Amino acid sequence: MAAKRKKKTLVAGRTYYKQFNEEIRALAEQGVTDFTIKECNGQRYIATALEGDLTFDIYGVPGQDLGAFMRGPKIRIHNNAQDGVGNTMDNGRVIIEGLAGDVIGYAMRGGEIFIKGDVGYRVGIHMKAYLDHQPKIVIGGKAGDFLGEYMAGGIILLLGMFSGKPDAPIAGRSLGTGMHGGVIYVRGSVPEDQLGPGLTATPVDSDDLKVIEALVKDYAKELKLDSKEIMSENFVKIRPFSHRPYGNLYVPC
Amino acid sequence: MKAPERYYDFEKDISGCGIFGVINRKRGLIPGEMPIQAMTCMHDRGNGLGGGFAAYGIYPEQADKYCFHMMCDDDAAIKGSEEMIKKYFDLHFYEPIPTRRVLAIPNPPKFNRYFVTVPEKPENEFRELPEEDYIVAVVMKINTTVPGAFVVSSGKNMGAFKGVGFPEDIADFFRLEEYKAYIWTGHNRFPTNTPGWWGGAHPFTILNWSIVHNGEISSYGINRRYLCEHDYLCTMMTDTEVVAYELDMLIRKHGLSWEMAAKVFAPPFWDEIERMDGDDKDLYTALRVTYGPGMLNGPFAILVADNTRLMGLNDRIKLRPLLVAEKDDMIFMSSEESAVRDVCPDLDRVWMPKAGEPVIVDLED
Repeated sequence: MAAKRKKKTLVAGRTYYKQFNEEIRALAEQGVTDFTIKECNGQRYIATALEGDLTFDIYGVPGQDLGAFMRGPKIRIHNNAQDGVGNTMDNGRVIIEGLAGDVIGYAMRGGEIFIKGDVGYRVGIHMKAYLDHQPKIVIGGKAGDFLGEYMAGGIILLLGMFSGKPDAPIAGRSLGTGMHGGVIYVRGSVPEDQLGPGLTATPVDSDDLKVIEALVKDYAKELKLDSKEIMSENFVKIRPFSHRPYGNLYVPC
Repeated sequence: MKAPERYYDFEKDISGCGIFGVINRKRGLIPGEMPIQAMTCMHDRGNGLGGGFAAYGIYPEQADKYCFHMMCDDDAAIKGSEEMIKKYFDLHFYEPIPTRRVLAIPNPPKFNRYFVTVPEKPENEFRELPEEDYIVAVVMKINTTVPGAFVVSSGKNMGAFKGVGFPEDIADFFRLEEYKAYIWTGHNRFPTNTPGWWGGAHPFTILNWSIVHNGEISSYGINRRYLCEHDYLCTMMTDTEVVAYELDMLIRKHGLSWEMAAKVFAPPFWDEIERMDGDDKDLYTALRVTYGPGMLNGPFAILVADNTRLMGLNDRIKLRPLLVAEKDDMIFMSSEESAVRDVCPDLDRVWMPKAGEPVIVDLED
């Protein structure tokens, strides 16, 4: 039997983030499961470290570190998001219908972040996976430099389709620099110069395609996009060239 | 408080900080409430140890005169700086900068403003300098020789208002809601290893230039020595000061375009230069070779303004956030989108500029 849902609408306005988050946490304690947040205006740390089957529908622009350390909640942002979304998040899903700022999904270890538009710099850096905990980030637009830098696990899928930057390359410089686990998939192709040292982009195989297809299906459904169109192009993948690419940097073995 | 005598007593500044700027391309006047509210939205980017604003178009009746905003620790500093101003300038009008008592701002220094012009035939050691160099020389002289006196700004039809406190408290103190300007910039400071003192708050200015900065100029030492060789003396104990003087040197004195000055601050990487075609390759090689000591190393998002322009620029690997937004004749630049939405909910366009690529917005006239 599904647990009983309890809804609540909050207006953030200019409420100080501390007070606002205290209210959310108190309501969650009291059994509220589905939050609608109106007029969000830069309040930081929304849904940070919350656990379980909660949902957040957010209108307006939430502040830094949305959903940091969270384990389970599903957040939908109907506008743009700022920096640090899903910082070290453990599980759950964040859907961003606009664009997002820098360091999205930093050190993320589970769950999904789906962004419709462009993202800033250092997205998905230090992502890591453990057993079936596989963090996933799908970016509908283009990415800035250092996407997936030092990545240790999980999946980043970069589509480059819904971008406000027609002239920019699909990914910035130093893509995947220092990665030693996980995989970055890119729709179409990525200029060789944008890749981090020692990395190459190779065509995907049928196993990769299965993973991509499943992820795209989920992504397209959440953002009301045409998954067939997304899948209508080839993909390339970027994988680490060794398990410890810089293992010999300071202490040669 | 005075800057240390020895260069090695200078320390660098690492900061979180929040920045906001707005320009109306048609010179439409923007009330002070807008930048104040935007900075209030980003309250937590600072820690109460520095807040400030620059405003352009605030002295239309005195627009042909240089306006010196003076900050003085005590009456002796006021006397000393006034003597200096009278000695070097024709003084047309002066008054205290209106302030109000604010609970959050204990023991503020004293602020006066002086509207001056350069005498036709000055009889002093700076007499051979062109007008703007003359102004710069006097600013340096006051800052380095009058104890407790600092020039906060020295441009035409513009002024800087800054101090120790959160920006909204500083705005309250200076009654900024009573001003209207066609360009505003604002700053919320989070100093970590230089003193949070009144002169160290942003913006930093010289002539019409003003700059607010989020980040850290790790190259402060080399930039400062480079500027010293060109007669710009850093006295404010905050790294950002070098940017104001470099702008003046590169753009006004050396004739570089704003775009080129931005490329001195945040040059392309050598591997990128390597891939450029002939002309660009030569240009950027020459720029890096010539202006190596002017390069700003370290994380930064800066907003630079003069009477006709607003420019936003990131360091070349974008270690600090910067967002640009448009609404009709207004362009906003901000650390956070929420601050812009707070004062202008409906925007035509929002984007985050590429690292090292300046966004330059001109007045239409």
